[in-house]
Amino acid sequence: MSTQLPKQTEESSETETETEPAVASKGDDRRAEKRRRADEKRRQRQAEEAEKAAADEETVELKVFRYDPEVEGKQEPRFDTFHVPFTKGMTVLDALMYSRDTYDSSLTFRHSCRQAICGSDAMFVNGGQKLACKTQISDLDQPIRVEPLPHADVTKDLVVDLEHFYDQMEAVEPYFQTNDLPDGELEEQRQTRENREKVKMSTRCIWCSACMSSCNIAAGDNEYLGPAAINKAYRFAMDEREGEDIKQKRLEIIEQEHGVWRCQTQFSCTEVCPKDIPLTEHIQELKREAVKNNLKFW
Amino acid sequence: MYEHDVIVVGAGGAGLRAAIAAQEAGADVAIVSKLHPVRSHTGAAEGGINAALRDADSWEDHAYDTMKGSDYLGDAPAVEALCRESPEEVITLEHWGMPFSREDDGRVSQRPFGGLSFPRTTYAGAETGHQMLHTMYEQVVKRGITVYDEWHVMDLAVTDEDDPADRTCHGVVAYDIQSGEISGFRADGGVILATGGMGQVFDHTTNAVANTGDGVAMAYRAGVPMEDMEFIQFHPTTLPSTGVLISEGVRGEGGILYNRKGERFMFEHGYANNDGELASRDVVSRAELTEVNEGRGIEDEYVHLDMRHLGEERILDRLENILHLAEDFEGADGLTEPMPVKPGQHYAMGGIETNEHGETVINGLYAAGECACASVHGANRLGGNALPELIVFGKRAGRHAAGDDMGEAEIPTGKEGEWEPADYEFEVEVGETGGSDPAAADGGAVATDADGVLGATVERAQERVDELLARKGRNHAEIRSQVQKTMTANVNVFREQEGLKETLGDLREAREAYKDVAVSDPSRTFNTDLIHTMETRNILDIAEALTMGALARREFRGAHWRKERQERDDENWLKHTLVSWNDGEPELWYKPAILEGENKTYEPKTRSY
Repeated sequence: MSTQLPKQTEESSETETETEPAVASKGDDRRAEKRRRADEKRRQRQAEEAEKAAADEETVELKVFRYDPEVEGKQEPRFDTFHVPFTKGMTVLDALMYSRDTYDSSLTFRHSCRQAICGSDAMFVNGGQKLACKTQISDLDQPIRVEPLPHADVTKDLVVDLEHFYDQMEAVEPYFQTNDLPDGELEEQRQTRENREKVKMSTRCIWCSACMSSCNIAAGDNEYLGPAAINKAYRFAMDEREGEDIKQKRLEIIEQEHGVWRCQTQFSCTEVCPKDIPLTEHIQELKREAVKNNLKFW
Repeated sequence: MYEHDVIVVGAGGAGLRAAIAAQEAGADVAIVSKLHPVRSHTGAAEGGINAALRDADSWEDHAYDTMKGSDYLGDAPAVEALCRESPEEVITLEHWGMPFSREDDGRVSQRPFGGLSFPRTTYAGAETGHQMLHTMYEQVVKRGITVYDEWHVMDLAVTDEDDPADRTCHGVVAYDIQSGEISGFRADGGVILATGGMGQVFDHTTNAVANTGDGVAMAYRAGVPMEDMEFIQFHPTTLPSTGVLISEGVRGEGGILYNRKGERFMFEHGYANNDGELASRDVVSRAELTEVNEGRGIEDEYVHLDMRHLGEERILDRLENILHLAEDFEGADGLTEPMPVKPGQHYAMGGIETNEHGETVINGLYAAGECACASVHGANRLGGNALPELIVFGKRAGRHAAGDDMGEAEIPTGKEGEWEPADYEFEVEVGETGGSDPAAADGGAVATDADGVLGATVERAQERVDELLARKGRNHAEIRSQVQKTMTANVNVFREQEGLKETLGDLREAREAYKDVAVSDPSRTFNTDLIHTMETRNILDIAEALTMGALARREFRGAHWRKERQERDDENWLKHTLVSWNDGEPELWYKPAILEGENKTYEPKTRSY
């Protein structure tokens, strides 16, 4: 069964009601009766929903990638089709949650905040890296094809292994360093408004890894730091509070063999970034900084 | 089995700060979290961090504002700790590089917020929580603190003495979401719960899907009382389809609320003749819901928030992110049409009972952040007071667990101080879900020594997972949705006796239904069906305790409104509500609010602005 349509769900819930305890006590009877009634209600509801879905032209068709390394029938990747009643404002994430809660509770994807800040639900929607929660169904052609992020190992369904992404993020010493803290305990280390503005966009990264997934260079060179990690380095290298010595060290990190010079300015990262971070520009600027810096010491 | 001195459960603002503090105090600390740290919901906080940083301001003024805002249900020793230590904590974040918004002189900016007598809300654009979360995670990476991410903590390993005050927590048991492995995490120094909010108890919330109150429910079943659970903050402007928050800034800039008939109801129907749309959050939320209930809502669900008259230039300048939110999450164009909004659950003032050091009544068990109730927010939280709570009390709990001597706490936990039993008959059976059924997870302690208790708790967790995966039954999603619906119907901004009783009955039915719950996904790999099923059990316990508190408290205080008595009753209710699990037979009791501060007593006054 590679396709989950409302009708089939209806059938499968009928099979479920046949499960009864072998030896039934009074309490079990009561529970079984309760369950029967609840199941009947549920069946009715699902039948109504299926009918509504069939009658209503406003139904969304999703084709969703499915894979589970240990479940029979899912070890070979496949696509399941889900029909979801459309409501105004519905996002791809809403449609996935509806599919999971109504048709197939094993449908697996990461999601949490539903407002594009936790960065959990980047996926490949109609051939592009998107955050499912901020992608309106009404903006997409149907059927909507939902797949896990390319260039990452698939753990299950739409979940990919992010370990490599996290390793790259952590490879750039992604924490503030300074030799210039003020003496007074309650005294601030001042920063100009201009400098804060300069790093502002780079600090908006939500670690969704859409950029990494879209990057051809990262796909071909597993050691390439990738746009997100380089952007993280940019966030600190451009922060005037860190000071020159530390900037020097930062430039050395991003100039390594698998650093900024790998970028071929294809702009795919910039295009897919859900937070509109000018990633390519940041990488280019670091290249210029590195050149300036090298000339200085030459 | 993993072993550390201190285990922190949850990796949002409070958890990260606790871990850093414990490590600085010399402990080997590890974080266990069902989400990777940067996914935590602290990241969604927009507004800012209240801190008395400037000469013209004082922590005493901040404490006064907070006590008044709490409607005199905050405990003064906790409130004063918050306000005294917040400045130092904010500067610490600044020294860790947090990109705060800046003034021309290079110092951090502060802005005015509701209920504050001084503009002391320190912020980083409209993304303060995001910047705070990432800054602290950077410090965790820098210090090499171990993080077990995507491990769902299922239970606490707590010994089984009769009196919760004699019990000791020796660690936690967690389920590795990636692999399905169950393991014990021993922590003889202490376990710090920092699991955040419980918004998923309601069907319309600004909280994340992950905010299921796991830590609160676990501590409760282990014997720690839940405190002041009935106090829930509802935000008046959330998007109807998702619950995404539309900042108060829109109304601050002049946005207007309209009903279906195009009436500016805040004035035309007399809800707030002076302040109109800018009345306090609870007043506006109640007004919106009254409009809908009386048939003047749009699609019987929401009202309109209109900012078109502000003009494109001003909107783009000051409210740009609102345009993105309305567009991305509701498909509405705020420049050309009014935005649909309705009240949504936003924040839980109550939670795990702790003292001002973050200690619970169980030895070695701590809580900090939104999951805890010290209490700093009492009956109502002021905007900008949630983030400082995370860092101040996260740090305190971390230091204490690592063995720092912090002196005797002034706030009693459990029944060690003055307390009184509740005089209330619930008529509906509450408590226990499944008795000895391992899948129901009613909890209760299992052994008295450290090794015994951890081993036995691991075994029980294993049985629970095996049973849930093996048996046939109903899916949790329907049960969860029933709970969320009845809570939103009756335990919302309007509360009256009959509705609350009805919900308590619905929750009993949901508990009965949960006895038949099963997980249909048989996989051990990333089984979110299983995780959600376990979370739903936590939601049941929290919803019930919350409703019990709401039923018993017959007065209107802060965020809690009762139809039967629409005014504050200091004579009878200047006290905290506590609900103890009591091994499956929940018990309701009270303890007095502590209004005596270090140098002054906070006399209750009318909360008017």
